[in-house]
Amino acid sequence: MDEIAVLGVGMHPWGKWGRNFTEYGVAAARDALADAGVDYADVGFVSGAVTVRCGYPGYVAGSTFARALGFTGAQLASSYSACASGATALQVARGQILSGACDVALVVGADTTPKGFLAPNAGDRPDDIDWLRFHLVGATNPVYFGLHARRRMDLYGATTDHFAMVKVKNSRHGAHNSNARFTKEYGLDDVRNSPVVSDPLRLLDICATSDGGAAMVVSSMEWARSHGHRNPVRVAGISTVSPTYPDPVIDLPYLAADSVADPSAPLVGFKESIGARAYDEAGLGPDDVDVAEVYDLSSAMELDWYEQLGFCGTGEAERLLRDGDTAIGGRLPVNPSGGLGAFGEAVPAQAIAQVCELTWQLRDAAGARQVDGARVGITVNQGLFGHGSSVIVRR
Amino acid sequence: MPAVEGLFTVDDGEPRLIGGRVPGTESYFFPKHLGGADPRVGPVELEEVLLSRRGRVWSYTTSHYPPPPPFVVPSEPYEPITIAAVELEDEKMVVLGQCTAGVGPEDLSVGMKMELAVDTLYQDDDCDYLVWKWRPADTAAEN
Repeated sequence: MDEIAVLGVGMHPWGKWGRNFTEYGVAAARDALADAGVDYADVGFVSGAVTVRCGYPGYVAGSTFARALGFTGAQLASSYSACASGATALQVARGQILSGACDVALVVGADTTPKGFLAPNAGDRPDDIDWLRFHLVGATNPVYFGLHARRRMDLYGATTDHFAMVKVKNSRHGAHNSNARFTKEYGLDDVRNSPVVSDPLRLLDICATSDGGAAMVVSSMEWARSHGHRNPVRVAGISTVSPTYPDPVIDLPYLAADSVADPSAPLVGFKESIGARAYDEAGLGPDDVDVAEVYDLSSAMELDWYEQLGFCGTGEAERLLRDGDTAIGGRLPVNPSGGLGAFGEAVPAQAIAQVCELTWQLRDAAGARQVDGARVGITVNQGLFGHGSSVIVRR
Repeated sequence: MPAVEGLFTVDDGEPRLIGGRVPGTESYFFPKHLGGADPRVGPVELEEVLLSRRGRVWSYTTSHYPPPPPFVVPSEPYEPITIAAVELEDEKMVVLGQCTAGVGPEDLSVGMKMELAVDTLYQDDDCDYLVWKWRPADTAAEN
């Protein structure tokens, strides 16, 4: 797959600001344009990642951000794929660039989130699987995180202290990130003493919901070179894969996994397939990765990703964590930004924010949380309803 | 009455989930019309099947905070609910459900045998709204 250049990145700090999401998106976009040194008039395509919690302007995010920046006649798209929306918006922008439809694209995602559990739309909708899981089972998002965490414990001997160690590590990283919402360094006892939300996970194991915004300016390699960007960070692979039937693993928002009674059915692990597609596009593998940003919706989920991205074998993630391999200074630092544990989730911005962090890392511009010598980075994330998301950047 | 129609039955005196199957195959779905499709077969009318009543624990969790609507908290104060994901014996398909009252995480482990029950989800002045739930299998009745 041909590469595109990351010319600039920007973020609006995460928090619980309670303001219009457009404000965060515009601030991030202006930062990204300034970082890129690109004139907004040169942007031929605005790719918005959608929020479904902010009314109609959220559904047409591409237009909302473009109008707030000033309409220029640029082409627009707005993408929704839950937590993977930012990667989808980047994927759409890459398609526009590589097809020659535009030279420069602006990718933006931002959100304003309500307090508490994310819940389905109102109304009596028994033909909506997302409504059914809440109504009939009480299966909130943390319920699924808890199921996966408990299975890790029963199958591989993980302990709640392993999960707490992930939180402690990421909080140490996030303490150096001015865009993070939570910059306190937590200790094991802080996690151990926080209330249980979805057994075995405690409050500090589970990511909050936040306000925030992130943006990227991307272009063709030719345009980058002809405009003075001699060695830009490059997007080498983007995965937005869906599961392959039959998927035996129960996941958000379904009431049942697929049946695997038929022995002739192919068995492809969905989460493994997400990174595999990105590696394949980039012509790279797990051994090439210097730094990763993974979707730690729960601390336990970060451990699953180590294995699903091929950083270690099944059941070996706890060893990587214990040995300090995934802390800054280790062999393969994971979530140097602080991850969702330090940010809380601003759904449409999150997958873009992951790439922003890797861009700073690959430019050697991450300050106190810099991963030495980072040249290849991978993000991974998953949106409910079967949306995979992974981006590989290199320099 | 069932909290939602068409997902389970107790007609033959035994609680069973109502699933779908591609006729002549081992591709099962739950709920029948919301459980996806097998891409290897063309357009096909799923046949209605009753799914196996027993299975083994795939995983479990306990929700210590009341879920938001459309969940209805059955009685105040909220009592934590334990939820199990159980792989059905014949269909090899993991199905979520609440556990019956009194079953907590200390009573469960991955691989443990479970069986389906039908129990109250919540009540109002008019009636009991029912749903399927999981409970540890009555091993004495197994043979």
